[in-house]
Amino acid sequence: MSRGIAWQGVWTVLVFAFILTPIASLVFFSFNADRFPSLPWGGFSLEWYRAIFADDTVRAGFWRSIQVSAFVAVVATFIGFATAYTDYRYNFRGKMPYLAIAALPPTVPVLILGLGMLSFFSMVNLVGTLRAVMFGHVVICAPFAMALIRMRLADMSPDIEPAAWNLGASRWATMWRVTIPWCLPSIIASLAITAAVSFDEFMIAWFVSGLEETLPVRILALLQGQVSPRINAIGSLVFFISITLAAIGQLFASRKESTA
Amino acid sequence: MTANSKPKLQFDRFAWFWRAPALIWQSAFFLAPLALVFAMSFWVVKSYRLTPDFVLKNWDRMLTRDYFWTAYLYTFEVSLLVAVLASVIAFPAAHYLAFKASPTVRRWGIFFLVTPFFTSYLVRIYSWKIILSNEGVINVMLGRLGLGPFELLNNMTGAVIGYLTLCLPLTIIIQTFALSNVDRSLIGAAQNLGCSALRTTFKVTIPAARIGLILAATFAFILTFGDYVSPSYLGGGSPPTMSILIVDQTKSGNNWPRASVVAVTMVVTLITVLFAALFAAYGRPGKAQ
Repeated sequence: MSRGIAWQGVWTVLVFAFILTPIASLVFFSFNADRFPSLPWGGFSLEWYRAIFADDTVRAGFWRSIQVSAFVAVVATFIGFATAYTDYRYNFRGKMPYLAIAALPPTVPVLILGLGMLSFFSMVNLVGTLRAVMFGHVVICAPFAMALIRMRLADMSPDIEPAAWNLGASRWATMWRVTIPWCLPSIIASLAITAAVSFDEFMIAWFVSGLEETLPVRILALLQGQVSPRINAIGSLVFFISITLAAIGQLFASRKESTA
Repeated sequence: MTANSKPKLQFDRFAWFWRAPALIWQSAFFLAPLALVFAMSFWVVKSYRLTPDFVLKNWDRMLTRDYFWTAYLYTFEVSLLVAVLASVIAFPAAHYLAFKASPTVRRWGIFFLVTPFFTSYLVRIYSWKIILSNEGVINVMLGRLGLGPFELLNNMTGAVIGYLTLCLPLTIIIQTFALSNVDRSLIGAAQNLGCSALRTTFKVTIPAARIGLILAATFAFILTFGDYVSPSYLGGGSPPTMSILIVDQTKSGNNWPRASVVAVTMVVTLITVLFAALFAAYGRPGKAQ
């Protein structure tokens, strides 16, 4: 028995090592002075970070990504909340297809969404604008927001809102004073998670952004060229931003009964 | 209740305020683009302009070419391979997290598995590209032992490593949840009756967790089937996958209708696989859970 646990433990460690290796190596070699990010270690250096902060295309891409993810976080979280609340409170004809449309986008390969959005946005003259990227990202982020907020609503007794209504509160007031405060941890989690998803998304952005490259699209372009430790430095920055957002999201998502 | 005291047929502004956003947004920016991909596969490009039409030319052009079917079969086979590989590699880890690990270890494990899902896949693939190259860490270390260098890039090995990076975290998470929901008393009973650990796993645990295990493999298949980054940057683009065909037709060929043919074929395949998997998971009549 204990031998069984031992080899499974070792196996689990190996699998996690495989998952985490590319990230560890990325960050490690971003501080390496050598031109090629490999062994032997060429000495500690911040040269590559300095190089990317001086690079205008990287700075512009970074700024665009921030704008896009801020917009996407707010709009996707609003849509996600509205959908989760609809599912929680109402039964109506066509609810199944309604929820299917709301939940399905992440199951379609982003490449195919990218192609569809490219042709669709080109018809309404939005290709090459940041707005196209924003609109597209909301499509894939709203379902995540819905799932997170729906889980929180599942823990709210369905009698609480009717109680407030019976005491004379309007439905809007009940929403504002009861339902939204209850959902607040999951709303914060959803803002962080959707921002992280949008900040990392490159396929839709690559198809519709044109010359308005976001940071991941910039990285994609760099990938097609020479290997350079500068990509390690950008990658590490992107990674720290998204891991921070993801960690904030998970922290709030897993909070229980904290606002009760 | 006040909320229900209004006459039923009146337009309920409150309800529609919450119902409408997803409906409007996903119809405009999700359903419409998808419908357009389908429609475009019948359109034509006339003097560099996309023109609505109804012709089967694009379908004919693509489906009669060998390179299309080569790409299709390769993509299908490699997705199947990755689904199996990811499931087999993930299972002992998921088993450990579900049954053996302490609650704290399990929580941290799940945290480390969810995090990659929200962090740049592109950047991780870039990192593998350096690690696996001829001058990369692995070949340098093997070289000191007098081995190699091994070609780990621009072939299927590289692509599969990338696919596993994409799929493994989700596969382990789904498997862990599936295994956690298995009734412990079943396993205890089997072992009390003298069933060995290995036999219990194959005869009791796996059948009981069947639905989750099939779903985990299906997600690995879907993710691999649609991925563009691993096959092009780690796999070297040869043989091309369906995703590479789409990008080539869109970006360099500028032939959106032909790209749409590839995309529609992919969607149809994925839906078929998904239904087959759901049938395998839920639909076998006469078999108890």
